Amino acid sequence: MAECHPVGFQWVMEAKQRGAVVIHVDPRFTRTSALADLHVPLRAGTDIAFLGGLINYVLQHGLDFRDYLLAYTNAPAIVSDEFGDTEDLAGLFSGFDPATASYHPRTWSYDGARAAAPIGHPEMGADDHDERAAEERLGATGEPLTDKPRMDPTLTDPRCVYQIVKRHFARYTPEMVEQVCGVPADTFRRVAEAVTSNSGPERTTAWVYSVGWTQHTVGVQYIRAASILQLLLGNIGRPGGGILALRGHASIQGSTDIPTLFNILPGYIPMRRAHRRQSLDEFVAADAGRTGFWGNMKAYAVSLLKAWWGEAAQPDNDFCFDYLPRIDGDHGTYRTVLDQIAGTVKGYFVVGENPAIGSANGTLQRLGLANLEWLVVRDLQMIETATFWRDAPEIETGQLRTEAIGTEVFVLPAAAHTEKPGTFTNTQRLLQWRHQAVEPTGDQRSDLWFYYHLGRRIRDKLAGSTDPRDRPVLDLTWDYPTEGGHDEPSAEAVLREINGVGPDGAALSSYTQLADDGSTACGCWIYCGCFADEVNQPARRRPRHEQSWVAPEWGWAWPDNRRILYNRASADPQGRPWSARKAYLRWDPDLRRWTGPDRPDIEATKPPDFQPEPGAQAQHALSGTDAFIMQTDGRGWLYVPTGLMDGPLPTHYEPPDSPVANPLYAQQANPTRQVYPHPDNRTHEVGSQVFPYVFTTYRLTEHHTAGGMSRFLPYLAELQPAFFCEVSPELAAERGLEHLGWATIVTARAAVEARVLVTPRMRPLRAGGRTVHQVGVPYHWGGNGLSVGDSGNDLLAATLDPNVHIQESKAATCDIIAGRRPRGADLRRLVGNYRVRAGLTGPAGMERPDGTDQARGT
Amino acid sequence: MSNHLSGPVEDVTGQSGYPAGHPPRMGFFTDTSVCIGCKACEVACKEWNLVPESGMDLLGSSYDNTGALGADTWRHVAFVEQVRPRESAPVDLGMPAVGRPGGQEAADADRDVTWLMASDVCKHCTHAACLDVCPTGSLFRTEFGTVVVQEDICNGCGYCVPACPYGVIDIRAGDGRAWKCTLCYDRLRGGLEPACAKACPTDSIQFGPWDELRGRAQQRVDHLRASGVPRARLYGADPDDGVGGDGAFFLLLDEPEVYGLPPDPVVTTRDLPAMWRAAGVAAATAAAVMVAAFLGGRR
Repeated sequence: MAECHPVGFQWVMEAKQRGAVVIHVDPRFTRTSALADLHVPLRAGTDIAFLGGLINYVLQHGLDFRDYLLAYTNAPAIVSDEFGDTEDLAGLFSGFDPATASYHPRTWSYDGARAAAPIGHPEMGADDHDERAAEERLGATGEPLTDKPRMDPTLTDPRCVYQIVKRHFARYTPEMVEQVCGVPADTFRRVAEAVTSNSGPERTTAWVYSVGWTQHTVGVQYIRAASILQLLLGNIGRPGGGILALRGHASIQGSTDIPTLFNILPGYIPMRRAHRRQSLDEFVAADAGRTGFWGNMKAYAVSLLKAWWGEAAQPDNDFCFDYLPRIDGDHGTYRTVLDQIAGTVKGYFVVGENPAIGSANGTLQRLGLANLEWLVVRDLQMIETATFWRDAPEIETGQLRTEAIGTEVFVLPAAAHTEKPGTFTNTQRLLQWRHQAVEPTGDQRSDLWFYYHLGRRIRDKLAGSTDPRDRPVLDLTWDYPTEGGHDEPSAEAVLREINGVGPDGAALSSYTQLADDGSTACGCWIYCGCFADEVNQPARRRPRHEQSWVAPEWGWAWPDNRRILYNRASADPQGRPWSARKAYLRWDPDLRRWTGPDRPDIEATKPPDFQPEPGAQAQHALSGTDAFIMQTDGRGWLYVPTGLMDGPLPTHYEPPDSPVANPLYAQQANPTRQVYPHPDNRTHEVGSQVFPYVFTTYRLTEHHTAGGMSRFLPYLAELQPAFFCEVSPELAAERGLEHLGWATIVTARAAVEARVLVTPRMRPLRAGGRTVHQVGVPYHWGGNGLSVGDSGNDLLAATLDPNVHIQESKAATCDIIAGRRPRGADLRRLVGNYRVRAGLTGPAGMERPDGTDQARGT
Repeated sequence: MSNHLSGPVEDVTGQSGYPAGHPPRMGFFTDTSVCIGCKACEVACKEWNLVPESGMDLLGSSYDNTGALGADTWRHVAFVEQVRPRESAPVDLGMPAVGRPGGQEAADADRDVTWLMASDVCKHCTHAACLDVCPTGSLFRTEFGTVVVQEDICNGCGYCVPACPYGVIDIRAGDGRAWKCTLCYDRLRGGLEPACAKACPTDSIQFGPWDELRGRAQQRVDHLRASGVPRARLYGADPDDGVGGDGAFFLLLDEPEVYGLPPDPVVTTRDLPAMWRAAGVAAATAAAVMVAAFLGGRR
């Protein structure tokens, strides 16, 4: 965190000053470790085993927060007796289909009760979707389902979630953690004691993670594992608790809320699928739960359609629901790259991103770029993605030839964040308004300017068209006021459209006002209220000393300016704070409402003893103790009965490249991981002697992601002026690497050269019965700019998490040898020789590292 | 005693000729126990003061690729990697929390690794040798008690360079003049804090009235020592040291030499009276010898 979020780390330092214990779990000793009370190095890619060990520690020692667990989680819920766990099925859950390397989740459901995932299955296979949705509606037995599962408050029923979780993690002992992660059992116990003794009514523990947890083939399950631990310990919805995702850079949270993702619409509404005609009502019924706040999904969806298509969206045309684009499967960034290589994707917009350097497997990225008809790059600098056609490493090796590349490249200079107004939405869902400091120079323009005027010109070209396919573009509300000499659209007008308006045209103040009859328009339901009272709420800057400690008047947090989500859980079932020390919300019986320093996320006047009427819908179906208001059953899910592609519980699988056989299960890697067969995208054999070392990629404070905002600036470039790798003194001795000398790092994907830093901050671990050396590879470099070098991401294979399509880039294997890499065609020969030695010469396909392993190809 | 050349000085600004009512002496307290090595100070300094880039050299000195203070580096973050044998008593992580704030230590299984980070800067000495030896008056004491080079007066003689006991001030290549930290004199005159302190995310660099900072620093070092960081110490905060105390002083977590700082810096002018005395004695002796020789010759 100190490395990549130094500004946010000031609050960790402040907490430490006030007595907080800071523990840093990371394969490397970083700037964060330097300031932590304890650094716990572990083998990259084994965090589920570590977190699972903590879960098991809590359950074996009876350290769960029992009152919280019973009231607010699904620990007592009874699961279908058809469910089979990884303990019984050699590392697979019930419902696995080897032919498609995917799960049918039917057997994971609650016994006799329907649950819906908060955002449905965004892109389950086209044909299965309705079938699965129907299965979930009807339940395993075909009985009509209730929304609330059957409960065993004694937690003794062997089929209740608590017992299932306990059995699932029973083998994640401190000794197993030592064997898998390389963390000594004593060190692990110290962490477990610190976490458990700092949790409970009087204390809370927070987990903070970044892409070290997400960029794995099991990334979603890493976060799930932390969720289970935090729910067991009662650390969600309470001050000082939570699981905090540090995003990759500014406003990545914002670009998930108002998504730049292919499978969701603003506010996490799933994207339409292209399988068959479906009405808006059918769409909502298939994806939304009937109970909980997602029960209002139609109001959110209709308001979105009204914001986009205005007067054209009417009840008789389903509010232009058919104007929405549709997906028919995976259209993620890596699928798109493979489709570029296959020639089916012809054009590509690259905006503020440098995939030739920043994405896994640079070779695949550049082969894709070279096979386009056109490419638009909007950036601050002449990044490698714009110049690949003349200086890609594949040009040097002869894999690509400039004269054979037909891609027409348009490079458009972009305005920097200081040159345009707008918002940043950061990790804690906080929107903060940025004021423009200076005018952009030359042809530099904001992204808002670019898309607004691009849309305006397209609409001008289509004006007068009678072709129905042009209606979605022509009917768009595209009427933002512009200002200044460059006709810059008003960013505040866009924010106000996102906030939404009511029937009177005035700004709405809360998403609870949204209606499904077309009377309200709202561009993103979770942002509704950010322009309440016609005031730019994110621009508020009241100093923290002039308001309550929660600081509700600094910026604006979605939803509803709520600073802690699920904060009903900060009070006990009767509505009293769990302790004076951790008091947050309380039910005031005299005022008959929830009071406290934050906005309650339960309805403010819903009493703790409220019981819903039978048949009630949406939030009205939740009781006064149902703290997890987005869930159909109002409870935090230890066990996920539906919604995940790779199982209801986190399970330790080894990364696709791994130095060891999975010590826990016969199943080596995530059976549902997505693989993209390509000769340049091969993974390594388990325990390969050819690629004996682990490497992990990361960022340095001094550089920004793929370098576009740092390698070109002298004051930043000089601070880390060269691509380097970090190795332990032990590995340096084993491989003859010299401090400040050169090393060549080789995988089946690529070979890159880096300067060597030998440092005691890297250390070998004992794991899986052998010594594991780890190589640190910061990934910022490329050929352009002031600080240049090979790209660490070239070493990676693109193998993905099946839920969110993120790549495994934090744990892989490699070889490292002293000296610089070969030049020209010899470089390809070197990699080719390694492939031969590793036996990776057959047709590129789904590598099955242990012979029994399955992987899902797409 | 006025202590013009060495020793404690009550009011260094007044002593330099500013009338009563001048602003209080301003300075830096750099608390390295909370430094995260982000180098924002280095960048902010260069941005504000238009200091040139100082070279694309990978130094291999941990994450420090800046090396040292100089004409083109007015803030420098040192990174010191230390390996110690495993300490016997593990950190107590139980409840209530008694971590080691600022301890900057983490226990690995077989070795304790410590990574010290510290942002160095011109010390703005009470007795600033650079200023004392400057023949043109380019170096002067500001109304804030800080020491600043006026680049339009500096003639590049370079006397200040060897005079500095810390090796801070230097001649800029291709320019010929001497440059160093101004403690953002222009920002101070505009009522702003220096760029480095403004940019520092953890308040490792604190700017303020010198007296106030020294009180705060003493509290912090007392707190750290009481929390089990016995090596914590202040550096440059003592008016009785060889330079009369530094306007920019530090809290360190190890010996100054570990950070590349001189353990006992002495202003070069401290010895001037003694040197003059010695010279006087020598001159008198020589004169006496000559007189004696002369007298002897007559005999």
